[in-house]
Amino acid sequence: MRTFANEIRDGLDQALSDDPSVLVFGLGVPDPKGVFGTTLDLQEKYGEKRVFDMPTSENAMTGIAIGAALGGFKPVLTHQRLDFALLSMDQLVNNAAKWHFMFGGQRNVPITIRMILGRGRGQGPPHSQNQQSWFAHNPGLKVVMPALASDAKGLLLASIFDPNPVIFLEHRWLHNAQTEEATDMPIPLGEAKLLREGDAVTVVSVSYMTIEALHAVDVLKEQGISCDLIDLRTVTPIDWAKIETSVKKTGKLLMLDTGFKSFGIAGEILAHVTESCWSSLQLPPARLTAPDYSESTSPALTKDYHVRAEHIAAKIGEMTDKPVSIEPILNQRGAAHDVPGTWFTGPF
Amino acid sequence: MTPELAKTLSHGMRRIRTVEETIAARYSEQEMRCPTHLSSGQEAVPAAISAVLRPTDLAVSGHRAHAHYLAKGGSLKAMIAEIYGRVTGCARGKGGSMHLIDEAVGFMGSTAIVGGTVPVGVGLGYSLMLKGTDDIACIFLGDAVVETGAFYESLNFAILKNLPVLFICENNFYSVYSPLSVRQSHIKAIHEKVAGFGITTQDGDGNDAASAHEIITKTVADIRAGKGPAFLEFSTFRFREHCGPNYDDDLGYRPDQFIEGWNAREPIRQFETRAIEDGFLTLAGIDQMQEEIENEVKAAFDFARASDFPPAGEASQHIFANQMKGSWK
Ligand SMILES: Cc1ncc(C[n+]2csc(CCOP(=O)(O)OP(=O)(O)O)c2C)c(N)n1
Ligand SMILES: [Mg+2]
Repeated sequence: MRTFANEIRDGLDQALSDDPSVLVFGLGVPDPKGVFGTTLDLQEKYGEKRVFDMPTSENAMTGIAIGAALGGFKPVLTHQRLDFALLSMDQLVNNAAKWHFMFGGQRNVPITIRMILGRGRGQGPPHSQNQQSWFAHNPGLKVVMPALASDAKGLLLASIFDPNPVIFLEHRWLHNAQTEEATDMPIPLGEAKLLREGDAVTVVSVSYMTIEALHAVDVLKEQGISCDLIDLRTVTPIDWAKIETSVKKTGKLLMLDTGFKSFGIAGEILAHVTESCWSSLQLPPARLTAPDYSESTSPALTKDYHVRAEHIAAKIGEMTDKPVSIEPILNQRGAAHDVPGTWFTGPF
Repeated sequence: MTPELAKTLSHGMRRIRTVEETIAARYSEQEMRCPTHLSSGQEAVPAAISAVLRPTDLAVSGHRAHAHYLAKGGSLKAMIAEIYGRVTGCARGKGGSMHLIDEAVGFMGSTAIVGGTVPVGVGLGYSLMLKGTDDIACIFLGDAVVETGAFYESLNFAILKNLPVLFICENNFYSVYSPLSVRQSHIKAIHEKVAGFGITTQDGDGNDAASAHEIITKTVADIRAGKGPAFLEFSTFRFREHCGPNYDDDLGYRPDQFIEGWNAREPIRQFETRAIEDGFLTLAGIDQMQEEIENEVKAAFDFARASDFPPAGEASQHIFANQMKGSWK
C-alpha cells in the first residue's frame, strides 16, 4: 500500500532523478517532517543546490522560481498551506501567468507551485482556504487538483514537465489516502477520469470532494441509483467533453467543490453545462460546495460546514426523486467530524 | 530594580509560564482543538514589556501570541475560552489560539500569517500620530518575519513618517524546524540589517528580564518623546515544539549544545535567583505568588470548560459589519 503523500514524494524523486533541471524548494522541505512526508530525504539524495529550505518570503521566492525557470530550470515550489501562497499572487498573476502572453510567446514559464489545502481541527480562517477559483480565473495558469492517491504522482509529473505555470493543489485530508496501483507515467493535464458509471445523475467533483462522492455513489448504487462520477483532476484545462457527454446521457448535473460557493469553479461548470447541454437538461444543474463564509476554528462551528457523503447522497435522492438511506454512510464513520480519520492528530 | 518591579517581572513571567504549561498538560485531552504555539521559555521580554506599556498603547502579534496578549493585559479567561472554542472566547471561538484580541487593553489582534500584522501595527502607529497622543504601537515579531517583504515595506514607512512604533523581535533562532542559517545571511545580525534603514535599534538578552526591562523602558520613553520608531532584537529560546504541547528535541534539529546553553539560562530561575540575592524577592513571597497564579489559571480553565460553545448559527455570522465602530471623533 502506498499513500498519497508517498506518491507525491516519489513523483518529486523521479522528476529530480530524470531531469537535472528540476529544483524543489519551500519552507520546511528538508526538515525532519518533510512537508507531511512529501519531501523526505530528497535533499540528502539530490543535494542542497537542487533541494532547499527558503526564507519566509513567498512572493519573492515565487519570482525567483520564475527567474530560475527562465534560466532553464524547472522549479517546484511548495507551500504548506495555500493561504501562505496568497502572498505570492503578484508574481503568479502578473508575471508567471502572463510571461508567455505579454512577450508574444517567446518564453514559457515551467514552474509548479504545490499548495496544500487545509480543513478541520482548528485550522481556522487563514489555514483552510480552498481558493482554486482565484487561480483558475487567470488565463495562463493551469490548476491541478488530484483526488486519488493513484493519480497523485502522474499528475505531479505532468505538472512539473508542463511548459506552463501549474498550481498543484493537494488537500491535506488526502495525504493518507491509500492506493495499490501506482504509475510512473505522467497523466496528461486536462483529462478527467470517469470513476463510476451510471445514468441517474452526472456527479462532477474535485480533490477531496471526490472521496466523499465515491462513498455516496457506491452506497446509492446498492440502493439502485447509479451515477456517473467524474473526477476532474485538472480544473484548467478542463475536460468539457467528458462532462458534456455524461450530462447528455443523464440530463442531470451535480457539481461538488471544496471552495466557497459564489463565483467559484462549481458556478463556472454549471454555467458551461447550461450553455452547452441546455436541451439535454432535465433539471437545473446543482452544486454542493463550501458555504459563502470562512471556516471557523471552534469545532462547534464546523460541524455543518463541509459537504459530506450523506449530503451528496441526499441531494442525488432529491434530484432523482427516489428515497435514499444515508444510514450506511453514517455507520461507516468512525472519526470526529473535524478530522479525516484517526491518523490525523494535527496540528496542521 | 525595586521590590515592586522584581515582583511585577517575576509575576509576569510565572503567569505566562503557568498558563502555557497548563495548556501543554491538558492539550492531550483533545478539547483544545486548534493549533497552539506556546511561549514557554520566552516569558522575559513579554513580562518586561508588560511593565512598561500602558493600556492605551496598542499591540499586535502573530501566531505565537499568548504571552503578548497576556502581557498587554488581555483577559486570561477569554483567551483560554478561545482556545477551547467557546462563545466566551475573545473571538467567540471563531479564531482560536492564533487569533487573540482584547481591544479594551489595546491588544488589537494577532493573526496566523507570518508578517501579517506588521503593516497593521504601523498603521495603528499612524493613527496614534494623527491623534497626537504619546501612546505607542508595539509590534511583536519572530525572526522569520524579517524575511517578509511586508516587514521592510512597513519599516520604511514607519521611518518615513517618524511613527511611534516599537518593533520587538524575539529571535529564537528557528522558524518551525528551520534554523536561521538556511533562511538569512549570517553576515549581519537582524538588528544590524534593520539599522541600515536608519532606525534606532538595539539587541538584548531575551532571557534576562531585568536588562530587557531597562532597554524597553528607555526605548519606549524615546518613542513617546517623538524620536520615532525603534527596533529591538532579543535573543531567546522556545522550550517546546514549534506548535503543540510536546518537546521535540528528539528530532535533532537543534544542536544539543544550543539546547543545554539556553536551558542553563532559563529566564525565571535566572531572574529570581538574582532578585533573592539582592533582597528584592523572597522565596516565601514567590511561593505565595505562584499559588495565586495557579488559582487564577485554574479559574480560567474552569470558566472556559464551563462555557457554552457558540450556537451553530454563528458560523455564518460576522461576514460584514453593519455598524461603524471605533471611529475617531
Ligand atoms: C506567510 C506564511 N508563511 C509560512 C507560514 C507557516 N509558519 C507558521 S509559524 C512559522 C514560523 C515563524 O517563525 P518565527 O517568526 O521565527 O516565529 P516563532 O515560531 O519562532 O515564534 C511559519 C513558517 C505562515 N504562517 N505564514
Ligand atoms: Mg523564530
